[in-house]
Amino acid sequence: MMPTLFDKLWQSHVVREARGEPTLLYIDLHLIHEVTSPQAFDGLRQEGRKVRRPDLTFGTVDHNVPTTDRSLPIADAVAANQVETLRRNCHDFGVQLYDINSPEQGIVHVIGPELGLTRPGMTIVCGDSHTSTHGAFGALAFGIGTSEVEHVLATQCLPQNKPLTMKVETRGSLPEGVTAKDLALGIIGQIGTDGATGCVIEYAGDAVRALSMEGRMTLCNMSIEAGARAGMIAPDETTFAYLKGRRFSPEGDVNYWKTLRSDDDAKFDRVVEIDASQLEPFVTWGTSPGMVVPVTSYVPDPADAKSAADRQAAERALEYMALKPRTHIQEIAIDRAFIGSCTNARIEDLRAAARVVKGYRINSSVSAMVVPGSQEVKRVAEREGLDRIFHEAGFEWREAGCSMCLGMNADILEPGERCASTSNRNFEGRQGRGGRTHLVSPMMAAAAAIKGHFTDVRAWEFK
Amino acid sequence: MNAFIKHTGLVAPLDRANVDTDQIIPKQFLKRIERTGFGEFLFYDWRSDPAFVLNQPRYKGASILVAGKNFGCGSSREHAPWALGEFGFRAILAPSFADIFTNNCFKNGMLPITLTTEQVEEIMSRAQQHEGYELTVDLERQTVEDSRGLSILFVVSEFQRYCLLEGLDDIGLTLTHEALIREYELSHR
Repeated sequence: MMPTLFDKLWQSHVVREARGEPTLLYIDLHLIHEVTSPQAFDGLRQEGRKVRRPDLTFGTVDHNVPTTDRSLPIADAVAANQVETLRRNCHDFGVQLYDINSPEQGIVHVIGPELGLTRPGMTIVCGDSHTSTHGAFGALAFGIGTSEVEHVLATQCLPQNKPLTMKVETRGSLPEGVTAKDLALGIIGQIGTDGATGCVIEYAGDAVRALSMEGRMTLCNMSIEAGARAGMIAPDETTFAYLKGRRFSPEGDVNYWKTLRSDDDAKFDRVVEIDASQLEPFVTWGTSPGMVVPVTSYVPDPADAKSAADRQAAERALEYMALKPRTHIQEIAIDRAFIGSCTNARIEDLRAAARVVKGYRINSSVSAMVVPGSQEVKRVAEREGLDRIFHEAGFEWREAGCSMCLGMNADILEPGERCASTSNRNFEGRQGRGGRTHLVSPMMAAAAAIKGHFTDVRAWEFK
Repeated sequence: MNAFIKHTGLVAPLDRANVDTDQIIPKQFLKRIERTGFGEFLFYDWRSDPAFVLNQPRYKGASILVAGKNFGCGSSREHAPWALGEFGFRAILAPSFADIFTNNCFKNGMLPITLTTEQVEEIMSRAQQHEGYELTVDLERQTVEDSRGLSILFVVSEFQRYCLLEGLDDIGLTLTHEALIREYELSHR
């Protein structure tokens, strides 16, 4: 059988295979952060174990760091202790840490690619489900729990059962104003939040090839919201151009990287087709990323649900979201807008949002913030004057971190507040207890902040 | 790791699909640097509702949770099985589980059991109808049984079953393959 990209990546990392046991895979890059690593280091200490490959392990602080003035200490003592613990662990075990005031600090899934740590052909893990992001480079990248973090720290290997493969084949190209985020939401809307459970997705087709690396990262990032173990895209000239000159990838093995593609007649366990040309900007209406409709549509009526379980889930979601069935999406008013997260806080995301914002003021009933994905993204944006555009429109311009995507720091929604968010999860309470999250693209979030309600960005009057 | 061989306990029915790890243990409780101290915050937001299943006296002390599909979706936080375990749960029954959550359970002596939707609905309704409803989960025989004639065989990966039965430290196991790891590293410089 002809191999898929996934098969090639898997096969080239097998350390040991034995009948009836999971395969022992070698891990090329291990990214760590403050929240899911302390107990893993504790485990090492208890057993007297070392970090096997500190040179393949990199840490940063992102989940609970404040996005306000970094010259001040972290006010939350428990969060401060967690950051301090990572500092001590990295020091004691010889791991490179991009600390809170380092110029490289940022969301772990933004800085990996930015530094060229993420490269085609690698296996990459991190104690964070959105590790799927790195698959955009043709890597096998997946999120792991803390026990597995400890396993990789101690052995640089991970026993894994081989997942199934799923190909998402796009046809046509994305229309103007419809982004990688909308493609991701469209796919999840089609296959469901457990549609790819047990699978590694490979995204293919013209619409995917046309995406920038930032767009590809957004798409692969959201793979986990479809239940997938990982998402990946075969590397091409776009990938090679992005990596050229990056700190840890100044040259790169382009000849090898070019072999990293599924063979033409490779067999996938499942194939899903999606017509990209028919997609529209999407807005989630519920409390799961699969509860999503186009911006031209309406909040669905639970009575139309396919099953009793779906109806019950939709009713619960509408109650939590304080929405009535058959409300037009563009009639939904927002209180907050959040442009940030490992899904949509790269430079291209900020450029797209700034293009919408330029020359406008945010609606008087909305408060809005932009949280760059990394200090490097922030610097580039400031060089380009994007911070001024956001400032003049009334957005807050913050320091890099996960921020209101999960609200572990002070950036949270108040109960009942409704937010247009470029993040990845609209779960109950995700952005703050009682907060109501609508997932959208950066352009859609920017437009909603200005109008005060959702609006179709395809009809936007750019200034 | 705690071994899991056979367990009998009270069943709590959580009749919801897509129970995500943010619900199981909300983010404000993830700042601890220990593996303990999470149980009291399990389902924190939902537990503010007096009618929530785990607030009902009849389910106090439940150690088996039965829930809707895609249980444990979302974040990779291992704090989710830590919180469930500390609260007293030993096994979770659902039509499907998220991948990372499943792995995290097996690392913590917690058994996630995938059953058909019909089987889950049947157990859910029995747990709702009969106060004090108990199940026995037997990992050696791979069965879920009650005292009312219900008996279901379940499937679990052979290796995960073995590790759970033995309570194995799988890091130690991997370290026994040191020579192979070294060989891989030498040939992939």
